Amino acid sequence: MAPVPAEDRLVLESRLQEIARAEETVLAAAADHGFDESECFAIRLSLEEALTNAIKHGNRFQQDKRVELTYRVDNERLEITVTDQGGGFTPNQVPDPTLDENLERPSGRGIMLMRAFMTEVAFSADGQSVTMIKQRGFH
Amino acid sequence: MSNSSRLMVQQQDEVTIVDFLDRSILDEGSIQQIGDEVQELINRAAVPKLLINFENVDHLSSAALGMLITINNRVRAKDGQLKLANISGQIFEVFSITKLDKLFQIHETVEQARAKFK
Repeated sequence: MAPVPAEDRLVLESRLQEIARAEETVLAAAADHGFDESECFAIRLSLEEALTNAIKHGNRFQQDKRVELTYRVDNERLEITVTDQGGGFTPNQVPDPTLDENLERPSGRGIMLMRAFMTEVAFSADGQSVTMIKQRGFH
Repeated sequence: MSNSSRLMVQQQDEVTIVDFLDRSILDEGSIQQIGDEVQELINRAAVPKLLINFENVDHLSSAALGMLITINNRVRAKDGQLKLANISGQIFEVFSITKLDKLFQIHETVEQARAKFK
């Protein structure tokens, strides 16, 4: 395991093709700090959802807008913040996708998966940022 | 986008068995292509009987779940049947957290799923 914490800031264009590179960077840092396969599964999925939301629903693919991803990882925890330049949103207004009437809707499950697979998920008041924490050893 | 198929398709009697070639079904470009290919299979069948095998799949996003829901709706619109098989570990968790294990007919193996087609 890497003894020294790692941190970085990545700036992504508002294109979905940017996501894989960002995921690989964060996943490599997490694996270096002892996060296991199941924890890395959770991190990859949550990052995919957060970055897709930021690019698609936040920045609406606008080329003049960027998505910022910062992360810090040590041997205990990984903290990731994804910030877009869109108009923000209110997470509580996203309909519950598990209700019978919503079960056949093809979208609206990303935030639920992030909350289920990460230890903590918090949205900023302006709805432009999400911070996700994964604690090692909590499955 | 690649023109090569993202699916392996076998026909066994009336049942079309679909295997994903990608281990990760995460990004929307791949998901769109997979969805289009499966749609073609649905179009070709009068009453589609579709079995999707997840054996190769390690990662799945909410966009992939959306694609599966759309497939399910289209199969049912033609009075067909869709069954999923070999969904294990954390991939199954993705289905159960979102309660989609209730919407889809999920079986442990391809053989078990095949036997359940009417």
